[in-house]
Amino acid sequence: MKAITEGKKAERRLGLWLCAPAALVMVAVTAYPIIYSVWLSLQRYDLRFPAEREFVGLENYVTVLTNSYWWSAFGVTTLITVISVVIELVLGMALALVMHRTLVARGLIRTVALIPYGIVTVVAAFSWRYAWDDNTGYLAQLFAPDAAPLTQRASALGIIVLAEVWKTVPFMALLLMAGLALVPEDLLKAASMDGAGPWQRFTKVMLPVMKPAILVALLFRTLDAFRIFDNIFVLTSGAQQTGSVSMQTYNNLIRGLNLGIGSTMSVLIFIAVAAIAFLFVKVFGAAAPGNDGGKR
Amino acid sequence: MAEIVLDKVTKRYPDGALAVSDVDITIADGEFIILVGPSGCGKSTTLNMIAGLEDITDGELRIDGQRVNERAPKDRDIAMVFQSYALYPHMSVRENMAFPLRLAHVDKETINRKVEDAARILDLGQHLDRKPGNLSGGQRQRVAMGRAIVRDPKAFLMDEPLSNLDAKLRVQMRTSVAKLQRRLGTTTVYVTHDQTEAMTLGDRVVVMRGGLVQQIGSPQALYDQPVNLFVAGFIGSPSMNFLPATLADGQLNTPLGAVPLTDRIRRLAEAAKAPREVIVGLRPEHFEDAELLDDTERARGVTFTATVEVLESMGSDKFAYFLVEGETATSAELDTLAAETGSTEMTDSGPQIVTRLSAASAAHEGAELDVWFDPDKLHLFDPGDGRTLTHVK
Ligand SMILES: Nc1ncnc2c1ncn2[C@@H]1O[C@H](COP(=O)(O)OP(=O)(O)O)[C@@H](O)[C@H]1O
Ligand SMILES: [Mg+2]
Repeated sequence: MKAITEGKKAERRLGLWLCAPAALVMVAVTAYPIIYSVWLSLQRYDLRFPAEREFVGLENYVTVLTNSYWWSAFGVTTLITVISVVIELVLGMALALVMHRTLVARGLIRTVALIPYGIVTVVAAFSWRYAWDDNTGYLAQLFAPDAAPLTQRASALGIIVLAEVWKTVPFMALLLMAGLALVPEDLLKAASMDGAGPWQRFTKVMLPVMKPAILVALLFRTLDAFRIFDNIFVLTSGAQQTGSVSMQTYNNLIRGLNLGIGSTMSVLIFIAVAAIAFLFVKVFGAAAPGNDGGKR
Repeated sequence: MAEIVLDKVTKRYPDGALAVSDVDITIADGEFIILVGPSGCGKSTTLNMIAGLEDITDGELRIDGQRVNERAPKDRDIAMVFQSYALYPHMSVRENMAFPLRLAHVDKETINRKVEDAARILDLGQHLDRKPGNLSGGQRQRVAMGRAIVRDPKAFLMDEPLSNLDAKLRVQMRTSVAKLQRRLGTTTVYVTHDQTEAMTLGDRVVVMRGGLVQQIGSPQALYDQPVNLFVAGFIGSPSMNFLPATLADGQLNTPLGAVPLTDRIRRLAEAAKAPREVIVGLRPEHFEDAELLDDTERARGVTFTATVEVLESMGSDKFAYFLVEGETATSAELDTLAAETGSTEMTDSGPQIVTRLSAASAAHEGAELDVWFDPDKLHLFDPGDGRTLTHVK
């Protein structure tokens, strides 16, 4: 480390002071609940038997982590996350390219494309449920007169992913479009002159230059998708082993009133989400759009 | 190596803007040709049409005799250097230069050899493994050149490649570009808005304005024989002085006094059917401090007396600015020239004259000076359409 001048020090102190109010608010609204959850997760605490409350250390964690339902939910969550994020990336990129290139009615196209994202998830989920329902479902009927896709695990998961993808592709596209704007026109022209066809321009120039924006979009979406709840809640309520970890937490915490186990699960989800974020930021080097990581 | 022919090439953008119209240029194999003109005159559009980055609306583009209008850029075997350099930020200098070769599936060893060669020529050897983001402007510019030369293409296209450099570096790089082009002997089309760059670099210069070619010729020809007011005013620095004048009785009545017509000028003006009202053009370097001339020379020219408004001493010579009594030359051509080149010195009291005098001149600001000029060096223009009236056939 180099010596820091007085001016720099004062600047840093001022910086800290300026951050302080925001930091305080963050502590109040996020750090406190997190710490309280951790505290609850270390206790046996079931609201149906409040008298049995006691400190049990990591016992709840052992219970959850050795439970096959938890791992099944974890597997389902990971599956939904990976598949929907991959599909969203591909479709979102396609949509972003289309929106970036259109010259006519740009604003209108962007607004229309964003409609799914503007609809409340639960409302959208209900319309998907009606579409695939075994009695009323107009989409379900397309496949077979008495099809009930929501009652079978594979098809139900497919529909959950579909609902998720339909809803968030516009958001993905919007984030990626910000990245596309970072690719200078001259760079693509230069690549054309250097002999690159459209696909090579896309993979060898556009994608690498957009990498920071893509990583940010993936990070946001992965974190979001991993906490999936509302779509599943409305579409299957977690039946046929389609429940996510958030569903499990909800079932234990709110329905089962088991604060100890429920808190343990939310802490585990928090750890998983933190791990995903860490992976993206440290391993892939995700940074805010427009910032090329500061080191290059 | 290639000959490039633009045959009545026209570009109309989808929004209806006519950017380039009926451009005819024949660029010889190995020639260094410059497209010059004020901003927005269609230089980049012309270059992009040669490159294949813009469709040609009308006319034909031929490379080595073959029509290439419909060919994609990558099938034209032409390299381009951009004003922004357009280096790939995620690739090292080496990868940037190797990129066109890799796309052409050249084998690894050949790529390495060619990149090293280019790096040596451009003095980039020690920077090969750095990212463009860490290089200085001049180095980036050389990487962009390197990426163009490794391919050994049929032609180079350069769109204001030096405009992002500071003045001193620009002059240095100008020389290196000229040397490099001579060494490689590759047909080069170079776009610039800077007339000095155009004059110093090219074998031939194409002066454009408003999408039209004004004149094509060697730098000397453009300087000596501008075909119209626009070219006359655009080429040369400081610009040519323009004064209104009347042709009568074998002499010119100008705000500087009566100027006798030399035989040569009289013949040219007659051949061009000069009108009575004309515009006289006099280059700053064709004036001199009368004190510094001997009698015979003085007698050969015209001398007038005026007060020095501003004096700029450059060391090697002195620029003296005078205000002259009388009208300012007016012509639609001159107005567009002033607007397009951004020289909007409005003088109410009369026309301003810039002269370039020897360093030995004793001129000083506020004092009167006898100024001499050679009447055989003057140009005459038609104020109506701006064409020259002193064109040598
Ligand atoms: N993509 C475009 N769409 C419409 N008009 C354009 C486009 N590009 C350039 N023009 C117009 O064409 C004219 C010539 O532009 P350009 O070739 O870039 O000029 P230069 O390079 O000489 O400064 C300008 O009037 C400009 O406004
Ligand atoms: Mg241009």
